[in-house]
Amino acid sequence: MVLSVDIEKTVGDFHLQVRFQADKEILALLGASGCGKSMTLKCIAGIQQPDRGRIVLGDRVLFDSQAHIDLPPQKRRVGYLFQQYALFPHMTVEQNILSGVREGSRARRRAAVEEMVHTFRLEGLVHLRPSQLSGGQQQRVALARILAGQPELLLLDEPFSALDEYLKWQLELELADTLKVFPGGALFVSHSRDEVYRLCDTVCVLTNGKSGPKETIRELFASPATVGAALISGCKNISPATPTPHGLLCSDWGVTLHTAQPVTSQTRYVGIRAHYFTLEGRENPIPCRVSRVVDNVFSTVVMLSTPGSGSLRLEMEKDRWAALNNPQQLTLYISPQNVMPLTE
Amino acid sequence: MDWYPLYNSLRIAAISTVIIFFLGILAAYYVARAPRLVKGVLDVVFTLPLVLPPTVVGYLLLRILGPKRIIGAWFLEHFDLKLTMTWWSAIFATTVVIFPLMYRTARGAFESFDETLADAGRTLGRSNTWIFWRVRMPCCRQGILAGTVLAFARALGEYGATSMIAGYTPGRTATISTTVYQLWRTDNDTLAFRWVMVNLAISAVVLLAVNMLERRERRRKPTWS
Repeated sequence: MVLSVDIEKTVGDFHLQVRFQADKEILALLGASGCGKSMTLKCIAGIQQPDRGRIVLGDRVLFDSQAHIDLPPQKRRVGYLFQQYALFPHMTVEQNILSGVREGSRARRRAAVEEMVHTFRLEGLVHLRPSQLSGGQQQRVALARILAGQPELLLLDEPFSALDEYLKWQLELELADTLKVFPGGALFVSHSRDEVYRLCDTVCVLTNGKSGPKETIRELFASPATVGAALISGCKNISPATPTPHGLLCSDWGVTLHTAQPVTSQTRYVGIRAHYFTLEGRENPIPCRVSRVVDNVFSTVVMLSTPGSGSLRLEMEKDRWAALNNPQQLTLYISPQNVMPLTE
Repeated sequence: MDWYPLYNSLRIAAISTVIIFFLGILAAYYVARAPRLVKGVLDVVFTLPLVLPPTVVGYLLLRILGPKRIIGAWFLEHFDLKLTMTWWSAIFATTVVIFPLMYRTARGAFESFDETLADAGRTLGRSNTWIFWRVRMPCCRQGILAGTVLAFARALGEYGATSMIAGYTPGRTATISTTVYQLWRTDNDTLAFRWVMVNLAISAVVLLAVNMLERRERRRKPTWS
């Protein structure tokens, strides 16, 4: 299965421009809310129409604006897990799953439902209505209903957003198990870098409707390509930067830093993660003054003013910070490996 | 006591309710999804009979269905059929008068329907017909049932347009409402009062039915959004 998406759509003053390819993998579409993630999924499922472009799934063209191809959602064989699951409220669990079975004789369809009921451990719940189920059970029913139709691709639209924090973990594990045995690929839409890190293989960052290059999860966190990717991956320190013969001149921080990562003519910014700074070292020293200290649950966040106008954010374990005895001045060091050049 | 008016009223109301059930839902379904301008215009046209006096509706109906008017004359010529002053002439009147009731309640129900459910049905491979009858209609059942019952009750009590287009002929076109008026006019107070009580009883039963339906719906309503 190869999914190829290259679409554009304008709604009001929002412009969606998404381009990526996915193999049999779990690809995350990561971005802040309102960046066009759900719209992308809806275009792939056929619920919304792109203005221009082409969507191909395996050897089937789902959408092609030039060839005037626009398969109805019914014929796309794309399973869509909606944010609130969209179970039919007036039907029982069994009827909901049955509505997902696409073809076959009555007996065959019954058998398919039973298989799904068994796979998703819904045995005692078949005669209940969605309103009588917990959030986790609802998600299992929704997945069972989708997989009963044997889709070629799964679209997961923020599957944990409807749940309480403490329920998410268990469900995430269950979803991971389901995805592991699913024969096709999956697109996972989320604004949570943690979910994406744990569940997905590759990631494509969306910033204001525009998709960045596809990266592996490891790449996103070690060396994100764009500012948008760095921000969404949780990078707290970002400064505009200009390549010079001596290194990257970071204008916000008033320092020139060396990097071990490749710098190109496209490099416009530099990013440093808040917990990668060290207090001893030799390379890339940044003399700072402590301006503010904030205690988190398990860590301490230190805001530092730099030689430039901007500030830096340092994050460290509580005990280690306490051992320093509230210093006024600090010199931070950052290994060139952890200085991330970023493009626009 | 001659029960013909009750029988006649019930059959007129029943037939026009069946007609309006489909017409009203069809109109509501398309208006709910129409572009804004079309929606505005159609909404005014479809709601008009609700605010017009029934005598105006009756007058307009006579203007087109009367024996010398366009449609009336055509039917008379080709089928030897008079469209006015028969028992079923009243169906024209009640249908027009109750249409807005069905249309408006059904439209309200369709507009509050969560379109994600329809999208889900489509991605699951279900036809639009299946989604309409198996998802949209059941989810909007409350509004549609309420609209149907209200339309039936209103059809049962229709007087103005009915009396103009069907007249009052005892044993032929008499309905409860026209009978009450005739009996009162001819000083037959005892009988008029009896028919008033019959009418009150029917109305009370209908409203009770609406309330019970709503209460049952509320219990079944899902607690999640």
